[in-house]
Amino acid sequence: MTPPFAPWADPDAKPLIEIRNVTKRFGAFEAVRDLSLAIHEREFFAILGPSGCGKTTLMRMLAGFETPSEGEILLDGQDLSPIPPAKRPVNMMFQSYALFPHLTVEKNIAFGLKREGTPKAEIAERVTDIMRLVQLTDFARRKPDQLSGGQRQRVALARALVKRPRLLLLDEPLGALDKKLRQETQFELMGIQETLGTTFVIVTHDQEEAMTVSSRIAVMRAGELAQVATPTDLYERPDTRFVADFIGEVTILDGIVTAASRGGVGLSVMEGAPDLRIITPHTPPAGTQAWLALRPEKVSISRERPADADNALAGKVLDIAYLGNISTYHVALPDGSIIKAQESNRQRADRRGITWEDPVWVAWEEDAGVLLLA
Amino acid sequence: MTNRFSWFNATSLTLGMAFLYLPILILVIYSFNESKLVTVWGGFSTKWYGELFRNEAFLSAAWVTLRVGLISATVATLLGTLAAYALVRAGMLKGRTLFSGMIYAPLVMPEVITGLSLLLLFISIGMDRGITTIILAHITFGMCFASVVVSSRLVAFDASLEEAACDLGCTPVQAFFSVTLPVIAPAIVAAWLLAFTLSLDDLVIASFTSGPGATTLPMKIYSQVRLGVTPEINALSTLLIGFVSIGVILASLAGKRAAVE
Repeated sequence: MTPPFAPWADPDAKPLIEIRNVTKRFGAFEAVRDLSLAIHEREFFAILGPSGCGKTTLMRMLAGFETPSEGEILLDGQDLSPIPPAKRPVNMMFQSYALFPHLTVEKNIAFGLKREGTPKAEIAERVTDIMRLVQLTDFARRKPDQLSGGQRQRVALARALVKRPRLLLLDEPLGALDKKLRQETQFELMGIQETLGTTFVIVTHDQEEAMTVSSRIAVMRAGELAQVATPTDLYERPDTRFVADFIGEVTILDGIVTAASRGGVGLSVMEGAPDLRIITPHTPPAGTQAWLALRPEKVSISRERPADADNALAGKVLDIAYLGNISTYHVALPDGSIIKAQESNRQRADRRGITWEDPVWVAWEEDAGVLLLA
Repeated sequence: MTNRFSWFNATSLTLGMAFLYLPILILVIYSFNESKLVTVWGGFSTKWYGELFRNEAFLSAAWVTLRVGLISATVATLLGTLAAYALVRAGMLKGRTLFSGMIYAPLVMPEVITGLSLLLLFISIGMDRGITTIILAHITFGMCFASVVVSSRLVAFDASLEEAACDLGCTPVQAFFSVTLPVIAPAIVAAWLLAFTLSLDDLVIASFTSGPGATTLPMKIYSQVRLGVTPEINALSTLLIGFVSIGVILASLAGKRAAVE
């Protein structure tokens, strides 16, 4: 068995890209603030955040369209800042695809190689190869306005990849495609990245997309990194309420830490209710304000109090969202806060017999949630 | 939806077209008149076209007009394109609205005023009036039209195309010539044709800014007509109408192509 791909966990590994204390200001506005980040060879790295968080600015600094106000960006240990975009071993796939409307698919793809002065025979060979890889061979002589959205996206990808960059930047690459096509294309993109072994950095605001394609995700907020982690860690072990809330659905209950015991703590969330038991690696002192982040699929819902549950609270069904494969129940607790509980509909949902206004119990294991201090 | 015109639509269209084009049609028909009397039909003939091509004065005026048109349209398109590029790209520039307003103002300025002000300028700097001053004047107003045509294309031009070219190995100047210019080329062609056509049929500004020895065709026709309409004038006008229509049609075709892409 090969060990899992995780060069970031190896302290001796040399990163491909090192961003060191980079700040970018536009006038008085700080788009990126004192940001440091290392990206390794062959990674599929996602930069995720709400619009205006500085993710696009960060990508444009990698491409060379913006220069950092402070700090430096290294590629293979070499400072990138004096190198113009044209000379960087970095290529970018633009959000609008930016295909040249006056050139055919073939000539669009060959554009960068011609600029480099690559011999004609080699250009033809590399263009043919890349067109086969992205399944565009039949469209070589078409102009961009004769292509569908998905085909244009593949031309843009091929045009950036054919130069064999060390780093490929993708700015919201699938944003213009409809949902079904987007999902298919995500897997295609992963396949291409694995085949070529190029390092990909994708910028997106779509957390599902980032979770699907990437080896690691950097979540950005207001110009700073909120957390950098694998998709699993980000979902299961978020550092902050912002990350927990930004990735997937979550219920956040606030409370006060009570006694610590057996590798966990108690959390008092409501007067009159028993303290919640939470397993947590860090045990803050009693009296600290803390939050419990709970994923809805880890919370079960039932009419009777489950006998063996670590944590159980009584409430009333406020809303039911039936999504076909799953149903999400919004349960209101006596103090007015709401817990989301999700049940998969392996049996038809209407047989469960829980409906609006029903008194119910929500229950979860002591290791189901995450205790957050920020 | 029906493709057929109702009789009301057909009638109003016919009347409207007749109002616009009947005078021109009569002029074209009488240019093939055998008779020397302009208003009496004497049979079909192309002799006035022959006469026209033997008339030195008309030929030299045509030559002046052609030179003025070619030079002024080319320079006006160049300047207009640069102005449009600067104004569209300098989105954040302070006073951008004022600048573009000032470029477009001559479009609505009465020609008499443009002509008079240019005349005063040429006199005050002591410039001898002649073909050069007509060319300069035509560049001035041709540039406004050229910049309007080109900037409407540039506004729709995706700036990330230039960035993509830079990303793929171009310097900014190479990016302009290998991507921006080919994409906006149809608009530039349309701008040139428009400037050329406008220069070809300008009478007012040319009259103000010309001097001895530099008479354009419209000026020549105007002065001839004051002495009485001759069949030669009809022939000449017919040729001019032909040229201008071809210019306008080509310009609109080029513009349409630009819009489609």
